[in-house]
Amino acid sequence: MKKRIVALLMCTAMVTAMVAGCGNSSSEAPASDDTASTDTASDDGAAEGKDITECTFAIVPKSAGNPYNEAEAQGFQEAIEAAGATCIVSYPETATADAQITVLQSLISQGVDSITVAANDENALQATLQQAMDAGIHVSCVDSKTNADSREVFVNQADTNLIGQTLMDAIYDITGGEGQWAILSATSQAANQNAWIEAMQSVMESDEKYANLELVDIVYGDDEPQPSTEQTQALLQNYPDLKLICAPTTVGINAAAKVLQDQGSDVKITGLGLPSEMEAYVGEDNVCPYMYLWNPIETGELAAYTAMALVAGDITGAAGETFEAGDMENSPYTIVEASDGGTEVIVGDPFEFNADNIAEWADVF
Amino acid sequence: MKKNSVLKQLTKSREFSLVIVLIVLCIVATIFSPSFLSPTNISQIFRNNALTMILSVGMLCVLLTGGIDISIASILAFSGMTVGMLLKYDVITNTFLLFVIGSAIGVGCGLLNGLIIAKGNVAPIISTMGFMYIWRGLAYVISNNEWASGADVVGYSDFGADGSMGPYIIIAAVFIIGFIVMKWTKFGRKIYAVGSNTEAARVSGINVDGVLIYTYVIMGFLSGLCGALSVSIYASAQPNMQYALEMDVIASCVIGGVSMSGGRGSVVGTFLGALILAFITRALPLVGIDAIAQNMVKGVLILVVVVLNVVTQRMMDRASLERREM
Repeated sequence: MKKRIVALLMCTAMVTAMVAGCGNSSSEAPASDDTASTDTASDDGAAEGKDITECTFAIVPKSAGNPYNEAEAQGFQEAIEAAGATCIVSYPETATADAQITVLQSLISQGVDSITVAANDENALQATLQQAMDAGIHVSCVDSKTNADSREVFVNQADTNLIGQTLMDAIYDITGGEGQWAILSATSQAANQNAWIEAMQSVMESDEKYANLELVDIVYGDDEPQPSTEQTQALLQNYPDLKLICAPTTVGINAAAKVLQDQGSDVKITGLGLPSEMEAYVGEDNVCPYMYLWNPIETGELAAYTAMALVAGDITGAAGETFEAGDMENSPYTIVEASDGGTEVIVGDPFEFNADNIAEWADVF
Repeated sequence: MKKNSVLKQLTKSREFSLVIVLIVLCIVATIFSPSFLSPTNISQIFRNNALTMILSVGMLCVLLTGGIDISIASILAFSGMTVGMLLKYDVITNTFLLFVIGSAIGVGCGLLNGLIIAKGNVAPIISTMGFMYIWRGLAYVISNNEWASGADVVGYSDFGADGSMGPYIIIAAVFIIGFIVMKWTKFGRKIYAVGSNTEAARVSGINVDGVLIYTYVIMGFLSGLCGALSVSIYASAQPNMQYALEMDVIASCVIGGVSMSGGRGSVVGTFLGALILAFITRALPLVGIDAIAQNMVKGVLILVVVVLNVVTQRMMDRASLERREM
């Protein structure tokens, strides 16, 4: 019995030693790479204003398999490659902050010169992004921001308050200024959607004009077709007098439009949607008279120019700085103060998609 | 006297407690939302939960053999995404043909599952876990970062549209065929036999491997079929579609009294289980439970129903034991 235990112990010890040995040797190699690459990264950082054609720019979208994110990454990539620099598009495995951290860490150890991230969580990425900045990597955000401490500048697709105002005007116009309406959002934690909903509510409170509009409910379809469909049906059933649903999310507006069209309902839908997804529903006599979005390709493009300006040393991310953005419509762009204490650069106004232009844009994105 | 015994027979059956739960659910929901039992609402419940219901019949077969299949939502996404892409690029637009293709993909996926589990002797949860990642990953690969929806699937989506009989016919067909097969065919009895006692089944000459492979092929076929159906019902194909649906399907079976260790469960019970889950999901927003709390309440209700079911089962077992002693 004793012998057996001793033998077992020895076996365990040997295996542990082997595993530990392997672990050590294998972790040593990348570790030395790490230090090497971090060194070069900080060298690059120190040498501001260097030739961007020798630099590597990374973008970390929110998730893979989503045409909106894809269009944004595509705009980014094209602008970077047109400038002769190298571009890495690294999608996280899932649409969570954890998955983004894994991707970010691998980018840091690769020693890229700039990281642009569409954050899945406002605060969760802070430690990793600060680590990146400490290593001399320029960090900017696009589409969905992190907190002010974790970024140099945020490329905002459209001003939050302006989105709120635009959507409220659409709701006022479609309902005729009175009646019940509801919001179908993405998840209850979605930072973008929550900010826009808040902006809509404050617009509604600030003006007497909206007094006859009653926001009866805010429901969450989790940005998936099935729950969005169910929540829309529940809205129709719970509020027979409902006049309009506003869905500030591309999946939600699509699913809700399908429900309304299937049921031949008089309820209208508006919000933020992708033209290619919504082509079948947008039109004057259709369930969605008009809706809004910005151009995700342009958003990606501006993010690319911003990243390049940061690396080239043209800007530092402080408010008031101006930079050229190739042949983009509103170039040069100016960095402004953001509401969260950081800085941002705004791409443009939300764009209206209606019966006249939907077919044309459906081919673009 | 005879009436009495029929009633006794009814109360003795395991499904009876599920019917009671269903009735209670309906009453509560109707109090909060009087239109709960309206034809529109009921038809929407069936349509929204068509996928869970259809898949629960396949899952019943798998659970009966003592196995489990957690790759079904991924097979569904792979098949659905393939159908979506074929439609988007106008390769094939015939609805029937697309359903055949979707189902065929499912059969292929299921066959691989079955072969690895039966011939390779791999635990079902491990094998299907591997495939869960593989098929979902493939769905992303073939989607190439695109969705198919709206205008892409016009025409095809008519089959699953609100008001079309399509989804209901498929649900009815799957349950009726499932009921007949499990109750009156040799194959059905073999599935029960394999799940109750694999060794005994083998000794008595049942080709256990064959039965297992067939079961996973059936599960795969239904998953593939649901992939095509999902695209039609929701007019949308996304690589992350119906993520984690396998849990709802397993929950339906468990609520319906299917044993996770095999050999026990019925098609009727599964149907009632799926219906209870569907009613719970539908009722929660109607009774005014906050959107963010709905999942939590759903979980609590599932547990309550399952525990209730287990308790009645025990009481019934004890009652029949006592009778035997007498």
